[in-house]
Amino acid sequence: MKNSSRRGFMGKAFGAVAAVGAVGSLYAMKKSWDPLPSVKAAGFTTIDLSDYKIANKMYVEGWRGKPIFVMKFTPEMIKKMEASDNKYKKNDIARNIVVDGEHFMVCIGLCTHLGCIPAYRPDKENFLCACHGGMYDFAGMVTKSPPPRGFDIPPFKVVGKTLVLGEEGPEYKKMLATGVTL
Amino acid sequence: MKELLILVIVSVFTLATYYLTETLPSKVNEIHAESHGFAYADLPALTKKGNAARGKALVMGAGACSGCHAITVAGNPAPMDPVTAASAYGVNPPDLSNVGAVYSPKFLAALIKNPAHALILEHKFNAKNGRSFPMPQFYGAGGDKDQEIADMVAYLQSIAVPKDKLTPDIAFQTACGRCHAVHYTKWTQIGQTPKFKKEQAKLEFRTKELNYQDSLIAYLGKLPPDLSMYIRSRGEEYINNFMEDPQNYIKGTAMPRVGVSKEGAEKVMDYLKKAGDPKAAERTSVGKDVMIFLVIFAIFAILWKKEVWKDLH
Amino acid sequence: MAHFTKATSIHDWFNQRLGIDTVNRVLATEYWIPKNINFLWAMGMILAVTFGLLLVSGIFLLMYYQPNIHTAFDSVNYTIMQQVDFGWLWRHIHAVSASVIFLIIYIHMFTGIYYGSYKNGREMIWISGMLLFVAFSAEAFSGYMLPWGQMSYWAGMVITNLFSLGGLHLNGLVEWIRGDYIPSQAFLDRFFMLHVLLIPLIIIALIGLHFGALRIPHVNNQDGEEIDFDVESKKYLAGDKANSKVIRFMNDFLSKDMAVVAIYLVFLFYLVFWNFGFAMDPINFDPANGLQTPRDIYPEWYFLWSYEMLRPFSTNFGLMTFAFAQGIMFLLPFLDRSKNAVAASRRGWFQVWFWLLLVDMIALSAMGKMPPSGIWYDIGFTAASLFIALWVALPIITIFEKKA
Repeated sequence: MKNSSRRGFMGKAFGAVAAVGAVGSLYAMKKSWDPLPSVKAAGFTTIDLSDYKIANKMYVEGWRGKPIFVMKFTPEMIKKMEASDNKYKKNDIARNIVVDGEHFMVCIGLCTHLGCIPAYRPDKENFLCACHGGMYDFAGMVTKSPPPRGFDIPPFKVVGKTLVLGEEGPEYKKMLATGVTL
Repeated sequence: MKELLILVIVSVFTLATYYLTETLPSKVNEIHAESHGFAYADLPALTKKGNAARGKALVMGAGACSGCHAITVAGNPAPMDPVTAASAYGVNPPDLSNVGAVYSPKFLAALIKNPAHALILEHKFNAKNGRSFPMPQFYGAGGDKDQEIADMVAYLQSIAVPKDKLTPDIAFQTACGRCHAVHYTKWTQIGQTPKFKKEQAKLEFRTKELNYQDSLIAYLGKLPPDLSMYIRSRGEEYINNFMEDPQNYIKGTAMPRVGVSKEGAEKVMDYLKKAGDPKAAERTSVGKDVMIFLVIFAIFAILWKKEVWKDLH
Repeated sequence: MAHFTKATSIHDWFNQRLGIDTVNRVLATEYWIPKNINFLWAMGMILAVTFGLLLVSGIFLLMYYQPNIHTAFDSVNYTIMQQVDFGWLWRHIHAVSASVIFLIIYIHMFTGIYYGSYKNGREMIWISGMLLFVAFSAEAFSGYMLPWGQMSYWAGMVITNLFSLGGLHLNGLVEWIRGDYIPSQAFLDRFFMLHVLLIPLIIIALIGLHFGALRIPHVNNQDGEEIDFDVESKKYLAGDKANSKVIRFMNDFLSKDMAVVAIYLVFLFYLVFWNFGFAMDPINFDPANGLQTPRDIYPEWYFLWSYEMLRPFSTNFGLMTFAFAQGIMFLLPFLDRSKNAVAASRRGWFQVWFWLLLVDMIALSAMGKMPPSGIWYDIGFTAASLFIALWVALPIITIFEKKA
């Protein structure tokens, strides 16, 4: 029937217009779930590397609600990293952040396996994750599975003696490009 | 056509109810006040042409302004921090850097001459009750007093930001911000709230703020309200007329006449809009899109109804 | 157990298990509606749509609202209105819809009164509708508390004080309702619970009851004609749509509903974006202050008429007239002694009664917001007295009504 197909068309057209409205509302709903501007604005933390005077001591800072491990390396540690031919340690030196000739580890202190916080053992110079036994060396590189990779390094930018966490500086971009961190 | 008649009846009763419960009561209950465009007709007009260089000498010297007021742009720091100043004077005396841009020159002149009169605070500070306004009157530096005042006003105007550079922040902070906080913009009576790394620093700042507020309460009788949502709780017209003369709405209020110029008042309004209703523009633009969609939606709904009902009749 | 066969399609799979064809037939395609109706019969659908808007916008407000007397005001006016993307939209939709839904409820009620759609078997439709009105009033009031502004606080103070019942001085009851001597944290928390959970549940249940009450007596029509739905629906199904007195709910009635709803939405969203002052009182943009009552204090417009039933009289008598106004409308089906379920225009004195009631309630609403003195007091007193007189007169004028 010619008539009924035309009726069907108007019904469908109305439905289509209503669907456009529904999609529009879904857009507004999606936006309402986004992190608030105050959350985004709080996503930058500045740390002063000259605050970390004692080498081989773990300092824990906060950034975007996550723990940030900061540690200054002893000259022996640096030597170890540079000399070693161990397959992990070859990567270690690339993870360091060097400011004024001093080497630092700055990384997100969450196990890359399932997100627990590993503990640092200064005497053994390594990290152990209590959850599933994952281990990392003092530079944050994984030495024992299950963690699939070393600690992630937060986006950072070197400004003089300080680091702005959350901003991507050239040093960080290089680490990303060479696969040192994800 | 019967439906149209019903629609007319429903609309008439709806609009009548709206008029009777919204429009009319607000007219009846409203305190009427009119704006005179910040002309301050009660104050004498400026007749003398000022000389900024002579004004500078007076402001820094014989006028003794810089003894209490900061003039940051001219390199004159505040003699006291805000909290100490407030405990001495009741309120922190304003930095004179931009007063020439925010206040009406006529008002500035009248204020220098007789502060309590210009501020409409003579009901509070007068010879009868023996209270005098913290800022002394200017009795002249030996020459023509009116000329000297005109010189000082000219100087203050010369150091202030040019009109096109006057920002809402400068206007608000100069004219209102020493008595009123706006916590939605993180403004306090002692300045913008900084970012704190330590809880102690936060508490220290808060303590200073509370001490300052105590001085204000002692001086004014109560803490002036936080203005965060005033743009929506009072509306533009009320704020405008209130700023021009607070006695318009509240007889005997401790709030002085602010004396802002028309431009200064506009900037203050912009500040309050930014603080209390920053999404107003988005509301209009999203509103237009939604209305266009709904009109199309309604057309399709009516067309669908027509199709469906064609063979029901 | 029922016999299941291998499904021939997804539709068939569901149909065997859920009987979706039957559901569709009973609820939609063979739910019969009289054809002789006008757009006032679409108010129910408008209410359903508006309730849907309130539900959706409310869900988004609920995600950022904080029921705490120290943070509630800022969570609404700063976080929701300024920080959350489109948060202002949800709040404006919520506030404006909450106000406009009462306009539609009143139109819906007066439509029912005008066409006599509350008697001869339709009593439960009216009573369940009145229960919905009460539930919506409670929902509106509890929601009004949540932004914790000056009007929230003082409305909470004044309305809960009504429960001391004047001369009975039941201050213990008032404190029990508040959970404190004044409206405070406990008060805000419990009204938050009422607003987002208990009352919405009751409303949804009552909507079910209201719809259920329609099934057996069917909706009325413009001429109050008694329709044999079996005969007329058979006529429709046989293809004689033009002569049948009934139409399908879907798509026939629905398409008309949607046309009315769409036009209504244009009106509603105009208010949402540009004319929201009537639903978002400026005074409530001042944070709650238990030490200072605002200069003007009044309820939202839809409560004004019952508020004015209280105001012109002394405390105790005022409470009685107030209670009378709240309760008497429930009894409408029984106070109307006439059997005529037709338009008021064909019912003689009842027509006069109808228009007087409408005008009187508008007058009461208007006076509720005027200063209670001078001429305004006189008009308010007269209107309140007339309201009582009208309801007392209703059985008398309807007893003598001739058959229409």
